[in-house]
Order: sequence, then C-alpha cells, then structure tokens
Amino acid sequence: MSGTWRLLRANPLMATGALISLLIVLVAVFAPLIVPYPADAGSATHPEMALQAPSMQHLFGTDQVGRDVFSRVLEGTRVSPVVAVFVLLIACLVGIPLGVVAGYFGGVADESVMRVTDIFLAFPPLLLALAFATALPANLTSLTIAIAITWWPWYTRLVRGQAASVAGRPYVEACRALGIPSWRILLRHVLPNSVTPVVVQVSLDVGGVILTASALSFLGLGAQDPTPDWGLMVAEGQNYFTTQWWLVTFPGLAILLTALAFSLLGDGLRDVLDPRRVLIR
Amino acid sequence: MKLEIRDLRVSFAGHSVASVPELTVDAGEIVGLAGESGSGKSMTILAVLGLAGTAGAAVTGSVRLDGQELIGLSDALLRAIRGRRIAAIFQSPALAFNPVFRVGAIVSRALRQHGLSAAQARERADAAMRSVLLSPDLLARYPAQLSGGQLQRVAIALALALRAEVLLADEPTSALDVTVQAEVLELLRELRDSRGMAILFVSHDLAVIAELCDRVAIMRAGEVVEQGPTGQVIAAPRHDYTRELLAAVPRLGQ
Amino acid sequence: MTRYITRRVALAVVVVAGVVILTFVIANVVPGDPAASWAGPHASAAQIARARQYLGLDQPLAVRIGEYFAGIVTGNWGTSIHTHRPVLSDIGTAAPATLELVIAALIIALLAGIPLGLAAARWPGRAIDHAIRVGSVLGVSMPVFWLALILQLVFAQRLRLLPVAGQYDPNLVFTHPLTARTQMAVIDSLISGNWAMLGSTLTHLILPALVVAAYPAGVIARMVRAQVLDTVGEAHVQMVRSLGFPERTVFGTFAMRLAWNPVASVLALVFAYSLVNTFLVESIFDWPGLGSYAAASVSTLDTPAIVGVTLFVALVYVAANLVVDLVQAALDPRIRLR
Repeated sequence: MSGTWRLLRANPLMATGALISLLIVLVAVFAPLIVPYPADAGSATHPEMALQAPSMQHLFGTDQVGRDVFSRVLEGTRVSPVVAVFVLLIACLVGIPLGVVAGYFGGVADESVMRVTDIFLAFPPLLLALAFATALPANLTSLTIAIAITWWPWYTRLVRGQAASVAGRPYVEACRALGIPSWRILLRHVLPNSVTPVVVQVSLDVGGVILTASALSFLGLGAQDPTPDWGLMVAEGQNYFTTQWWLVTFPGLAILLTALAFSLLGDGLRDVLDPRRVLIR
Repeated sequence: MKLEIRDLRVSFAGHSVASVPELTVDAGEIVGLAGESGSGKSMTILAVLGLAGTAGAAVTGSVRLDGQELIGLSDALLRAIRGRRIAAIFQSPALAFNPVFRVGAIVSRALRQHGLSAAQARERADAAMRSVLLSPDLLARYPAQLSGGQLQRVAIALALALRAEVLLADEPTSALDVTVQAEVLELLRELRDSRGMAILFVSHDLAVIAELCDRVAIMRAGEVVEQGPTGQVIAAPRHDYTRELLAAVPRLGQ
Repeated sequence: MTRYITRRVALAVVVVAGVVILTFVIANVVPGDPAASWAGPHASAAQIARARQYLGLDQPLAVRIGEYFAGIVTGNWGTSIHTHRPVLSDIGTAAPATLELVIAALIIALLAGIPLGLAAARWPGRAIDHAIRVGSVLGVSMPVFWLALILQLVFAQRLRLLPVAGQYDPNLVFTHPLTARTQMAVIDSLISGNWAMLGSTLTHLILPALVVAAYPAGVIARMVRAQVLDTVGEAHVQMVRSLGFPERTVFGTFAMRLAWNPVASVLALVFAYSLVNTFLVESIFDWPGLGSYAAASVSTLDTPAIVGVTLFVALVYVAANLVVDLVQAALDPRIRLR
C-alpha cells in the first residue's frame, strides 16, 4: 500500500486522474442515493420550472422541461461510462483471443486475422460506429454494439505483437518441445505478458469510448430522451445555448472531466508500467 | 600540462560517483583510466566536457585546459571548447551517431558550428577521412550503412577535422571486434605521435590499456586508487584492487 | 524501395476491397425485411416477393456483392434518399469545404503541437512541461461538439470577435462574388484576387479550424514530447552536445528529426479523426462540407448517403496511410534499408 502511495506522489497527474476516476465511479454507484431530484433523471417533467439559472436549489439550473440539470448530470455517470465498460469488455473478449491466436500461431491465421483487423481499422472509430448505429434502431444497446464493432481491432493488434514476441522466446520453444499443449502455453505464458499493455490501453480507451458514445448521442443515434446521457443533453440544450448556457456547459464538462480523468490515469499507468523504466543506480 | 584534473568530484544528490584527486594528460601522451563498469570513468569524461549537469550530476573541483579553468565556465565559452579543443569518442559508435542524419551532415554541421565555411568544412572533412584511411565518399552514408569500426574512425576523423587538442575516448573499442580494435588503437597512437594529441583513454580492459597507454590511473567505485607509468603499475602494483584486475586479464597459453 | 512500394500498395488494395465489403454489410444490416418495408405495410406476399426481385434481394450473396462492387468502381454509389441526387456527386460538392477545414486545422495543430512538444521535452518536470502535458491531454479528451458550441458562444456571440457561422459573409456575394474553381473558398478567393472575400473566408475559417485542431494538436504535442524525451538519454544526443552545439540545436535540429517519424505516422490517423470530427462541428458552424451532409443524412436516416460518406472517408484514410508510409520510407533510411 505504501508503494502505491509513493507511486501516486511521484506522478501527480496520474494521481489526479485516479482520484477523479474513482470519484466518478463512486458517483455512478451511489447516484440514486445522492442525487437531489432522482425523478428528474427519469421521465418527470416540470414545465413551470423550465430554464432556470443555476441556484442553490438547482446547482446546474433546470433544462427546457424543468428537470434539474445537476441530478441529470450525476445520473449520467451511469450512462456513457457504463456503455464504455460494456464496449471494452466486448472488445477484449473478442479482440484478445484473436490477437493471441494470430500472434502465437503466425502464418495463415496471422495473415487473415491481421487483414480483417486492417479492414476494420481503415475506418476511424466514430465513422464506423456511426454507420452501424444508423442502420440499427437508435438506443443504447445499438450504440454499444456499434462502438464495440469498431473497437475490438485495436486489442487484436495490441495483443498480437506481444503474443508474437513471446512465441519466439526460447522458453516457449522449450515448452513446445516438451509437448505442452498450445492452449496451456497460451494461457500460462502468452496471456500474462499481454496484461500490462491491455490494462493501459483500456484505461486510455475509456475516455475515447465515452467521447465517441456522447458524440453519437449528440447526433441522435444513441440514448433517447429521457435518458440522462451527456451527449444527448448537449444536443437538447443547443438551441437554448445563447441564453441558457448551463444546459450545454455542465453536461459537456462532465464528458470532458471523465475523459480527462481516465486519460491521465492511463497515461500515468503507461509511464509507471513501462518495462524500460528500470532504475539505474 | 595540456589537461589537468584536480580534486574533481562528481556527485548525484550528494552521493559521490567519481572522485579524482589528480590526473594529468600532456600533449603527445595517452593516459589510461581503467576500472570496471560503474566505477565512475564515464562520469569523469562528462565532467571534463562540462556535460555532467545534463545527466543530473553536480561537479566540484578543477579541470584546466592549458591552464584555463573549465569548471564553472559559462556555457557559451564551454561550447566553443567542446569539439573544437576537447573532442570525445564514445563506446558504441553505432549509437553515437544520430541515425537519421548522414554522417557527413553531422561532421559538416559541427565544423560550421565552430566557424568554418561550407567549403572549408568539406575540405577539412575529406582530408580528415583520408587521414583515418577512409574514403570521403563514406560521408554520404547513414550510420546504419557503416560498420562499427568505420563509424569509430569517422568519429576520430571528426576530432581531427576540428583540430582538437585533447581527445577523450570512452571505451572506444569495447564494442568492436578484436581486429578492428587493433586498427583503431593504431590510429590513436598515430594521433599521439604525429599530431601531438593528449588522449585520455577510458576502458575496463586492462590488456588494451597496457598495450596503448603511457600512464594509467586505476579507478574503483568512483575513487582513483593508484596511478603511474603503465609499465610500473603493471610490474609493481601497489593496490590490492590493481592486483585483482591484473590477475583477471586472460593471458595467451593460460 | 520498389519492393516496399508494391507491397504496401498491394496491401492497400486488399484493405480497400474489404472496406467495400464491410460497407455492403452495413448497407444491408438494416433489421427487418427491406423488401417488405419497400413494398409497404399492406403489401401481399406476392407483392413483397416482386419487390424482392426488383431490389435484387433474391440474388445470391456473391452476385449482390459483385454488383455492389461494380457500382462502386463505376461511380454509382447509390442515390441519396434525402437530396435525390447521386451520392457521389453530393460528396463531390461537399468534400472540398471539409478538406479546406481539415487542412487548416492540421496546419494549426502542427504549428502549435511541435514547438510545444519540444519545449515540454526540453524542460521535463518543470511547470511548462506540466502545463503542456495537461493541455495536450485536454485537447485529446475534449468533446469536439461541446468545444465548438463554447467557442462559438464566447468568441462569436458574446465577444463578437469572430463570425458566428458560415464560410463567408453572405453579403459579400453581391459586391465581391466568388468564382468557384476549387470549391475551397479560401483558395478560390486567393487565386482570383478577391481580397475582400479572402478576408471574410479566413475569419470564418478560424473558429471551426481551431475547434478541429484541438485533438491533433494534443496528439502531436504528446508524440513529439515522448519521442524527444526517449532519445534524450541516448548516446547520439550526448555526442552532439560534446561537439559544442547549443541545447536548442540539440533539440530543435537533431532530436526533432527523429521525432518526425512518429509524428508522420500519426498524421494520417489524426487526418482521418479530424475528418470525422468535422461531422460534429460543421452543422454548428453552418459549414457546407461533408460533415453537414453526414449529420443531415444521419438525422434523416439516409442510408445510401451515410454508407457513401463512410466509404469515402475510409478510402481517403487508406490512401492517406499509404501516402504517409511511402513518404516516411523515402525520408527515414532505416525503413528503406529494412
């Protein structure tokens, strides 16, 4: 524990990222308990209180149908971040096995998997997700699937390099010579070596997926009203922005802060876990 | 005395990594600095160049070039001395040259940095290359296209072209094959004899030092433990550590 | 070198073929039966069957893909449901404006990112380094559509320093009409000497370009910083110092040239990402480019248009990657010699 503390002290940016990320997770977990107006995150509307500026009762003001923006922003931690979790889960479950197989066995398996990966990677993430999301009915599930489809190739590529380099190592050859079955080698030697870059990548990707998801919701392809998705809130507040600035500012800040926190965390992890950072006396 | 080092101390955060009470190199002699890896030899070279700061170290003591004190000298004046009067060649020549520059580009830039015109720079560079028995055409190549031995000779040519008076050689032959090593050592001898260069030769290989150097200082754990004329130190070592090093040198027919 | 070229080009062709197939999949992944929705809710089974035949949906998959391929190659990218014009011609009209925006953004990003990355690497751990690092992470984590709205509100509407939207002042069309040559407003006004228009187009370009530049600037600054820091400990940096070069040359000339490699490799990527970011930014600034077209197609669920735009951007990305790879190989001897 003291080692972790020292680590965080030495990397203030990473510590900040970790702290804010933790905060966001806590808010997401305890949202129903801490949100001041829980009904506003759902289908409640109070047209008589519409478009009120931030005040003590409504920290972030109210939106165009009178809902408390603060409550909705807090509840938003359960929307795009959760999408991110599922997207990355699917991306790992699909991408990692493919990458490990491609890297370890090489040859035809490698070539074919990498060609398919190249094809998917020829599309910038938002684009492919956008195309798929348009074809599917607009809701969070389609959004998750659409983004997951575009995200898995990164993990395949990431893991393939690791698997390939481990596969070439003498001790792995020794294992093969001893007749140890491939799946065992993959599980016990190849996979653990890939964990570090995957962990770093996942942390960095959380921000990326949240940005993509909120962008797609902004375009109307993801969450639908009354779901308190941050991107959707920005889109809804767009028309009132010149006078009621709080409708767009706070949800957008939430997106920025979340993406920032996880990026800082991921950056810090990458610096810390970099195997080249050996302390030379 | 060309180069005089006195009470030089290089330290990291208060912890001393190199301590040289006295070391001199005169024009026309090769002085060896021997010791194992990590004994502080390379830091001593950086300190002489005034570059220890870039590695995060603090330097106290005195380093005089022809009587001029270098420690504490302004950066601008030090830069005029670096390369032009004190040159350095490093252990791994393949790593010492920036891989995306043609070697000739680095040579000509260095010469122009010290005041030569483009034409003069080219002339000197070509002449220097011939002195080290390399074709000037090789200057058009990238480091990856030259062998370790060739690169080390280009580095020496650079010192020649700059007309440096002192050469600091940090393990220049450790990364080279034995036959190539012999060529480079021969080149260093020639620099001493025909150009009168003062050469500080740092190495962990006592056999090479014994062969090449006129005088030698033995370093251990950052401290100079013994020094004197090579023949004397080898024949009659006074410090235990020196005896250990000598015993560790493999002899033919052993 | 030629071997490298042929290998890369062959790879690109394979990827392009795959991209086309993938867009085919997207175009046909619509849930439900397209023939049934075409025929209408009260169609009989026979009518639906005829619709299927008409739409070519009863053909074997290979034939359908083949026809799709043939269409793409001959320029038939379908018809937009919304504009009723061929998708390819719509893209052709809209693309130059976006290209202009993205190029402007990338220029800003390079001009800002490279020096900042160098500065951060030169004084690591100091205040300037921390500031630049935070700045670049901010740039990379910024929701582009939000930044667009905020900057538009602050600089255009509140401070009135810059125009709110559009490519140029519409009033100028009467006094200084713009002759459309390349369809890029800035270039067109430049080559026709239309100075009033040039001023207007440039001021209109600033805000959207800045917004789009945030992400690539952040990426480039981080790349340069990381690359230069990586090389700083290396022997060749110390060697160059020992030759008497000042620190700014050590970084600016020698270390920097090594940084070009990763910057170039990431250039194609940020180009594509910026292209896609314009989808979110253009409608906010009324910029008549691909982004507005895409956003409009999304809201009207104009599948042929969306598929067309997707295919277009992917092809541009593949081409950009190819160009960057080839240029890199030409510049970095190590790639060629491999």
